[in-house]
Parts: sequence; structure tokens; C-alpha cells
Amino acid sequence: MSAPHTDYYAQPGEEAVGTVYTSMGGDWDSIAKEQAERGDELLVINMGPQHPSTHGVLRLIVEADGETVTSIRPGIGFLHTGIEKNMEYRTYTQGVAFVTRMDYCAPLFNEVAYCLAVERLLGIEDKIPQRANDIRVLMMELNRISSHLVAVGTGGMEIGALTMMTIGFREREMILDFLEAVTGLRMNHAYIRPGGVSTDLPEGGIDHLRDVIAWLHKHLPEYAQFCNENPIFKLRMCDIAYQDLTACMAMGVTGPMLRATGYGWDLRKKQPYCGYETYEFDVCTWDTSDAYGRFRVRLDEMWQSLRIVEQCAERLEASIGQPVMVEDAHLGWPGDLAVGPDGQGNSNEHVKHIMGQSMEGLIHHFKIVTEGFKVPTGQAYVPIESPKGELAAHVVSDGGTRPFRCHVRDPGFNHLQSVPLQCEGGMLSDVVVAVGSIDPVMGGVDR
Amino acid sequence: MTVENTPAVPETPVAPTPAPVSVEGGMWSDGSPDVSGFGGLARFTHVIPTAQRPYGGWYDAASDRIASLVSDPIVRVVIDRGEMTWYVAREKLTEVLKSLRDDAQLRFEMCASVSGVHYPDDAGAELHVVLHLQSMTHNRRLRVETTCPDTDPHVPSAVPTYPAADWHERETWDMFGIVFDGHPHLTRILMPDDWAGHPQRKDYPLGGIPVEFKGAVVPPPDQRRVYR
Repeated sequence: MSAPHTDYYAQPGEEAVGTVYTSMGGDWDSIAKEQAERGDELLVINMGPQHPSTHGVLRLIVEADGETVTSIRPGIGFLHTGIEKNMEYRTYTQGVAFVTRMDYCAPLFNEVAYCLAVERLLGIEDKIPQRANDIRVLMMELNRISSHLVAVGTGGMEIGALTMMTIGFREREMILDFLEAVTGLRMNHAYIRPGGVSTDLPEGGIDHLRDVIAWLHKHLPEYAQFCNENPIFKLRMCDIAYQDLTACMAMGVTGPMLRATGYGWDLRKKQPYCGYETYEFDVCTWDTSDAYGRFRVRLDEMWQSLRIVEQCAERLEASIGQPVMVEDAHLGWPGDLAVGPDGQGNSNEHVKHIMGQSMEGLIHHFKIVTEGFKVPTGQAYVPIESPKGELAAHVVSDGGTRPFRCHVRDPGFNHLQSVPLQCEGGMLSDVVVAVGSIDPVMGGVDR
Repeated sequence: MTVENTPAVPETPVAPTPAPVSVEGGMWSDGSPDVSGFGGLARFTHVIPTAQRPYGGWYDAASDRIASLVSDPIVRVVIDRGEMTWYVAREKLTEVLKSLRDDAQLRFEMCASVSGVHYPDDAGAELHVVLHLQSMTHNRRLRVETTCPDTDPHVPSAVPTYPAADWHERETWDMFGIVFDGHPHLTRILMPDDWAGHPQRKDYPLGGIPVEFKGAVVPPPDQRRVYR
């Protein structure tokens, strides 16, 4: 008979075999006393879910022998909000407002992946206006920079490089200001819609964009100056959280983690979407397979994204006035919304038209907004290169106005599986470095 | 509106298409088709027809190759919107996946995603498991789909072949109640450990929110008045 145990997950009548270690927390004195009675050196540590260094509401259950991690298991689900289930009871257009809340550091990528899947189901992939595609690329690449800034900023903060966080959020705010000017919101934009984007760039949008580009050109070099050759930074990052190409393949790892092993896999080049094949940019790799390599890949990618943004600015300047929504009135959202100075979207011309001039216009508006459009039966899986890796939407339609099933393959969900691979056998303090270099966003992981 | 004065149900458009899996009428009448529908009177859910040879591109070669490695591997092939789906019997799944990963001509080295879909109307195959494979060597994608009946929700696990499927299968178990035989640690991952039921199933009861207004209750989302 084993000692009476407090295994909260044991079935009634189950007996413990050996010592039961729990990570349930509790009074420190009693934990220390229990540990002294057991007399072994094994320590089970519950790290998170509310811990400033776990990159969100991530729970890490660590077994440590002294300071060495012998076993680590991530526990997720604390931010599960049932987004996928909710979407089954909303129209396809409303679905955008849900997916954008998944990976909240890269909301525009969620929207693009979902919209591309819906567009493939509708068969209108070729009919998206050029300007809409250019705006999508512009928004995605700006969002990639801001997401990488959060990754290197919070990752730096977690190992004590606080300046990385303060300057990272400073630059990110400049980008978010632009995104707010275009979409009306800093995050959770619901801007990309099936068929195009919800509104064109605002008046003076290109000038604003030029300011952002100039700002980034001025300030992006600071990150490299602070960190690249910083001996403390390198001591914390080099050879930590090592994961080579074989392990990445087995664990389905993509994005900067894969490219840090030296393999230049980037879906923007390999399976282009939104016209990425027409942009000039390089795929950034590093060859150390460690946390430092991932950091360098992210730094380099920001510069490449900036290159793409500059190309977008030129194209958008040349295509002012062209449509940003698919022509088919059965699919496109009626009326071009304009974001007012208060951040609210409306279109006075459109309201005047449907309220004062055209009964059919009013009916059409009412039907497409309340009922939505029907999507032919079938399923589509569209992967895109998000800042974290392969982000994909698997959308199944049964022919109705709402998704039958929508599953989002979030890279963070997949990548967190490799935490044990990267951390076991290492030091406890390096767990923080490893998780930071994976850059999971729990909103996307848990959905 | 009565059944008599509604238009006849149109014939199915494609000849080889089997009968609709389900026909759903509108919600404003008693089961008869709805004239308020923007996109038509009634909604027919069809099965996407099986693809006919030649499939085109690399699809033929890959299908032939798997047939030479595994006996009778594919139940049916669907090619729709540029994506190929192999429907594989669950008994064959382990063998097919292993060949897909290991054979040099196929070489799908990465399993990107595993998820489930619940089709309550698909009698005998209510639960579908959908695997999305990625070949980086050949730059190809493939969807492998397998089914199991609601009464026997067992599918072999892909984890021995693709370790990346671990959490994805746990999520599919959590959300659909599909048991992946051979999975090393099939526990709930997103829902709390003591949760009852599998929320992504279509028959999972949805809660209504009681509001304090003369005993009124907001019905669950699937019972509200909505366009279908």
C-alpha cells in the first residue's frame, strides 16, 4: 500500500505506484517539508500559466534535478475560446472577426489564411483585384515586422535585456499606428475579407507609410547593435534550445526555427500566394539551429519584409483608385467603407444610395450582410508563411452560408511540442530562452 | 407558404454525382424550401465526385506508386480545387503513411496538420480524420482522409510515423472523441481534464444564455432563427 496520495486526476479506487509528484502549488512550507520527508532530489516545478516569462498563459511542468531539467511538459488550453466552433454559427465574412483573434500578434496572417481558403472554395482566387493583393502583402509584411519585434523584444526581456522590449514596442507602435489608420484598429482588424479587403488605404496613407519606412530604416539597426555581438546575450542564446533539421522535420517545425537550421524553406517562395512571386526578397537562414540563430533569422527577415513593404508602397502609389474588392456583387461587401477620424467605418455615398435611391440596393445590402453568400461544397487547405511558420486554414463547406468546419493549423501549437526536445537535459534558466525562441502566441495555440 | 406551390426540387447538376447527402430547407417554413434564400431555394449537400483517370500532374504517378507499395491503399481519390485527397480505409492508414514518408518517390516528410470533421449525416462514417501532408523534397501537398463510425470511433495513430501528429491527435480526441489507437498519451489538451463531451461534434449541446426578461431564454446558436 502506498502512502495516501493527492493525485487529483486519479480515478476513484486507483492506487499510486511509487511516489506521486504533483505540481499543484500550495503552501511553500508544506511542500518543502514533504520534499524533506521524501529525501530525493527530484523537484516538480509548476511554471505558469501566470508567469511573466512563459510568453503568455503557458504552463510548463518541469521535473528538475537541482538546476537541470530532467523532464518538461507544456500544458496548454488556458486561452481556449472555442473560436473554431463559434465560426460554424457565423457567416463567412463574420468569420474573419474570429480568426483575427487567434494569433493576436499576427492577426492579418490569420485573416489572409482564412480568406484564401474561402476564396479557393468559391473559385475566385484569380479574380482578386491586384490592388487588394498588394494591400494584403503590405499589411502582412508590416505585421511580420511587428510580430518579430514582439518576439525579439519579449524574448530579450525574458532573459534580462529589457531595452529590447522597450525599443521593440516603440517600433511596433509606429507600425500599429499605420495599421490603425488603415483598418481602424491596432489589433484584431477584421480587415481582410473574402474577396478583397474591407477598405482602401486612407487619404495620405502612402505618406504615412513612407514615414513608417523611414522610421524603421533609422531604428531597425539598433537591434543588431545591441545584441548581435553582445557577450552576455550570446552566452544566454548560443547553443541553447538546439534543434537540428531532422528534429524539425519529425516535429513538423517551420518558420524561423526551421530556417535557423540552414534550410531555406519559405512558403512565400515555394508555394507563392497573393503574388509574392512578383516581389524581390531573400529567404534568410542561419546555420546554428539554436536560439541565437532564430534571433538572427528574425532580425534579417525584418529587413526583407521592409524591402517588400517598399515595393508595395510603389505599386500602391501607382494603382490609386483601383478596386480593392472582387467585382462579383454576390460576394463583395457592398459599399467601400472609409475609416473616419474616429476610427469608425462608414460610407456616406453608399448609405445615401441604398436609403434614398435604390430599393434593390437596400435589399441586396440587407441580404448579403445578414445572410451572407453561399460557398460551394468542398474543402480547402491553404497554408501561408506567418512570422512563426506555416499557418493554414482548413475550411470545409457544406454549401451553406456558414463554414461547416474551420480548423486553423497554428504554427505555435505545433512548435510547442518540441519544448521537451529543446529543454530536457539543459538548465532550468534556459527553458525561458527556448520558449522565447519558439515564439508561441497562446491565442493561436489554444484558439 | 405550402409545399404545393413551391417549385420542384431541381435535378442534381452533374450526372455521376450521387444523391445529395442532405437537403436542407429554409427555417421560415415547416420544412419546405425557403423562398427568402438569397442563393437559392434549398441547399443540397453533395459528395464531391470521385476523380477519373488521368488525374494530371504528379497525381497519377503518386497514386500508382502507393498502389505498388501497399495493396489496395486508396478507397477513392478526390481532386477538387487543385487539391488531391486520398480516402484511405483506417486499417490501411498506418501502412500508407509509412510508405508516404519513407518512399523516395513520395517522400511526404512532414505532417502539417491532423484534424477532424464530424458529418452526422454520413452514415457509417460520421467521423473523419483529415491529415495534411507536405513533401518538401518534391514541393507537393496531399490530404489523406480516413473515416470511422460514431459507434466505433477508433483510428490508428499517426504518431509512430509522424511524431508531429501528437498534439494534433490529442486535440482531435478532445474535440471529436476520436480514439487514436497507439497514441502514447491520448489525453485532453485544450479542454479541462475533467470535461465531459467533445465540443466540436455537431451533436454537442450548445448552451443558451438565460436573460432576465419575463423568463425569456436566448436559444442556443443552432436553434436560433437564422438563414440556413
